[in-house]
Amino acid sequence: MTTVSLNVNGHAHQVQAEADTPLLWVIRDDIGLTGTKFGCGVAQCGACTVHLDGQPARSCVTPATAVGGRKVTTIEGLQSRAAKAVQQAWIEHDVVQCGYCQSGQIMSATALLEQNPKPSDTDIDHAMAGNICRCATYVRIRAAIHAAAGQLSA
Amino acid sequence: MHPLMHALREHTLEELQAQLAGTTATPARDAPAGVTRRALLASGAAGGLVVAIGWLPADAQAAAGQGAEGRAAKAALVPNQFVSVGTDNLVTIVCKHHEMGEGNTTGLATLVADELDADWSLVRTEYAPADAKRYANLAFGTMQGTGGSSAMSNSYLQYREAGATARAMLVAAAADAWKVPAGEIRTSDSVLTHASGQRATYGEMAAAAARQAVPAKPALKSPAQFALMGRDRSTPRVDSPSKCTGTAIYTGDVKLPGLLTAVIAFPPSFGAKMVSFDAAAARKVKGVTDVVAVPEGVAVVAKGTWAAMQGRRALKVTWDESAGASLDSEALLAQYREMAARPGTSFAKPAAAPAAPARTVEAIYEFPFLAHAPMEPQGCVAWLHDGQLETWAGHQFPTFDHMLAAKAAGLPLDKVRLHTLVSGGSFGRRANVWSDFTVAAVNVAVAIKGRAPVRLQYSREDDMSAGLYRPMMLHSLKVGLDGAGKVASWQHVVVGQSIMAGTPMAPMMVKDGVDPTSVEGVHPTSYDLPMMDGQVHDVALPVRPLWWRSVGNTHTAYVMETMMDRLARAAGQDPLAFRLALLEKNERATRTLKLVAEKSGFGKAMPPGSAQGIALHESFGTAVAQVADVTIKDGKVRVDKVWCAVDCGVAVNPDVIRAQMEGGIGFALGALYYSEIELKAGRPVQRNFDQYRSLRIYEMPAVEVFIAQSTASPTGVGEPGVPPLAPAVANAIARAGGPEVLRLPFARAGLVQA
Repeated sequence: MTTVSLNVNGHAHQVQAEADTPLLWVIRDDIGLTGTKFGCGVAQCGACTVHLDGQPARSCVTPATAVGGRKVTTIEGLQSRAAKAVQQAWIEHDVVQCGYCQSGQIMSATALLEQNPKPSDTDIDHAMAGNICRCATYVRIRAAIHAAAGQLSA
Repeated sequence: MHPLMHALREHTLEELQAQLAGTTATPARDAPAGVTRRALLASGAAGGLVVAIGWLPADAQAAAGQGAEGRAAKAALVPNQFVSVGTDNLVTIVCKHHEMGEGNTTGLATLVADELDADWSLVRTEYAPADAKRYANLAFGTMQGTGGSSAMSNSYLQYREAGATARAMLVAAAADAWKVPAGEIRTSDSVLTHASGQRATYGEMAAAAARQAVPAKPALKSPAQFALMGRDRSTPRVDSPSKCTGTAIYTGDVKLPGLLTAVIAFPPSFGAKMVSFDAAAARKVKGVTDVVAVPEGVAVVAKGTWAAMQGRRALKVTWDESAGASLDSEALLAQYREMAARPGTSFAKPAAAPAAPARTVEAIYEFPFLAHAPMEPQGCVAWLHDGQLETWAGHQFPTFDHMLAAKAAGLPLDKVRLHTLVSGGSFGRRANVWSDFTVAAVNVAVAIKGRAPVRLQYSREDDMSAGLYRPMMLHSLKVGLDGAGKVASWQHVVVGQSIMAGTPMAPMMVKDGVDPTSVEGVHPTSYDLPMMDGQVHDVALPVRPLWWRSVGNTHTAYVMETMMDRLARAAGQDPLAFRLALLEKNERATRTLKLVAEKSGFGKAMPPGSAQGIALHESFGTAVAQVADVTIKDGKVRVDKVWCAVDCGVAVNPDVIRAQMEGGIGFALGALYYSEIELKAGRPVQRNFDQYRSLRIYEMPAVEVFIAQSTASPTGVGEPGVPPLAPAVANAIARAGGPEVLRLPFARAGLVQA
């Protein structure tokens, strides 16, 4: 066990964790933020996506001890204008079905729009390829990202 | 209607309970009138809409208060177990169905809110407790559960009547207060008004309304009067905001004091038995509190999920895998091919001796085992305390889960309380007669003697390798055409595991040796094929089979609809015209097929390498026809667009219907491309998404959905979008000059980049 210092959603946390404990379980079990989901444990589905200094990362394979000083943002901590536009577009398009992957989808989409406010379909394909949705809400995810981009440029 | 519904509603809860308990008690067919579904149906037919009220005992209000959880029970006006109105002006709807993404929470709320004339923004929802007497799925008779795409169809009158009842009581209260005739009071957006200028919100009138008599038969709106149903975007999903902010609570998100996490070392192969285990290393993992044998395997319990997982990794278990050692999917398939050549149990007999065909078309189709792989791996929280058991999970079949959890805990039913949460998808997985993950969690709770609440968490690998698969299936067909290109004979043999055989459902479902879910879509079929000679072989395996979004139609639609194209080609006819000639007695299927053909311009010229394929399939009472626009480039398939026509009766929530068609198309396309669970030496080969590929965003076609206008009672939409997709794509590939694929998935034929 080591003491891990993390900045999650702007708050400092110190948790006791094994060196290999994935960030996902620290966020969920120790810090108690359950919006970030466990889907596969091997970075294949993207349900666990968080931001590290604004970059999307799969928290299920990121050791908490490897985060260092990078700022962790989870779905609960989304604040940016792009994030709000994404969440609003998601609601307006009723993207969700079961909803379990959608925290991760929204984190990936937000990171995309923060770096590329006017993404093409190909940009969306690349940015969102790591996020599986078994309900296959992909048509609406794409539409919502375009709508959020439109909102941001308005 | 799904055969499951036909069969289940003929049976009583007591019969079901006896089946689950493994006894063979005499079916309580002659229960007193008023408690059986049969009696209710009879009274409903004679006297109109008495379904919802018919379930309530005399003291309806007291009964409703008992079961409904949270807000609903505390509200001022609680006219029945489905709806309440609070003095805070909020309307709370108690949903008897499980929300796994298909939108039934929004749908049930819409049914009530429309009849109640409620302001949609003031509508709240919660989930019903396990109580089959008050929250039964009327399509299943006396069982509470969600499945068979039946949520809207079985609730359509019940939930509307519940809303109309509340409205009638509010109106009656206002009439009393204002001394005006009830018929002069108008309701809209949760407000009562009268021409005299009187006005009250529902919240203001709720307490007075509660003193009114509960009307026996409140009038229902005609479809033309619907304020919400069928109106696009009038009822945004009630679960969108929570699911877009990470605040929706799934099983894994439940917080309880001292909550422990358990993972189970499950058998590595089907039929394996635990011989012994050495827990020493597992116990040394920091955070591990218990290592205990349970019927499912060996449970490692810990403070924290990672500790539990690490404990399991350190655990040494010796398994006897001899029982399943010879289980191999390739060998099985070879066995199925041999069986298909032998006579089986008849499921369809030709009406007359078939004429000698001018030519025949033969094909053998092969379908793999499929895992459901919902995004949320299985799990359940179980808490034994104070002589009671509480569970939290995506309880899709609360009646089964309730009974089996009680049995595992050794407690009477009234000491077991289920909390049904939204789940991260199911596709059939969470509805099973073994209540596997619920019972396993209870077994762990019992094994640690109820010392703390415990959350059982499946890993993705646990979930995917647990069996409960769509069974491997084989169809062998020999179809004869006469000189005019008409079907003259149809020999059809189906081989595979029966989903129902050997389960408590079998006595209710299997008739004359035939499990209808093995052959639905072949028999019955949308087409007029009285010459069909159908036979089925059931196979018994240690791998448990289970319904997978659209059940038997997952394979029968592919067989029937690709065969239609093959026959049309053999007869030199257009595939649309060939189908329409066999659908002359099926007006709805004809309309749906023509609608999609018209919208997609089926038959139009396509660029080189591209083609359109068409398919129609009716399931769960709904007709869906799809046209797939497909391009083959460098030997690889791309589905560019899918056109989808659906006739599901009244479109309660048109946008939810569209979403289910879009999602069903993507779900089916991923399976068509990639999905397969192979068995080798009794073990499943594919255990996570790296090997069990799922459709990704860049593979999703554009989708356009056309919903038929209808005033007929609604039918299902959760499953029916799935079956036509695979054959529509396969037919397009063949028309584009690609191969005719008889063995799924496509990845086997190298048609997609796996």
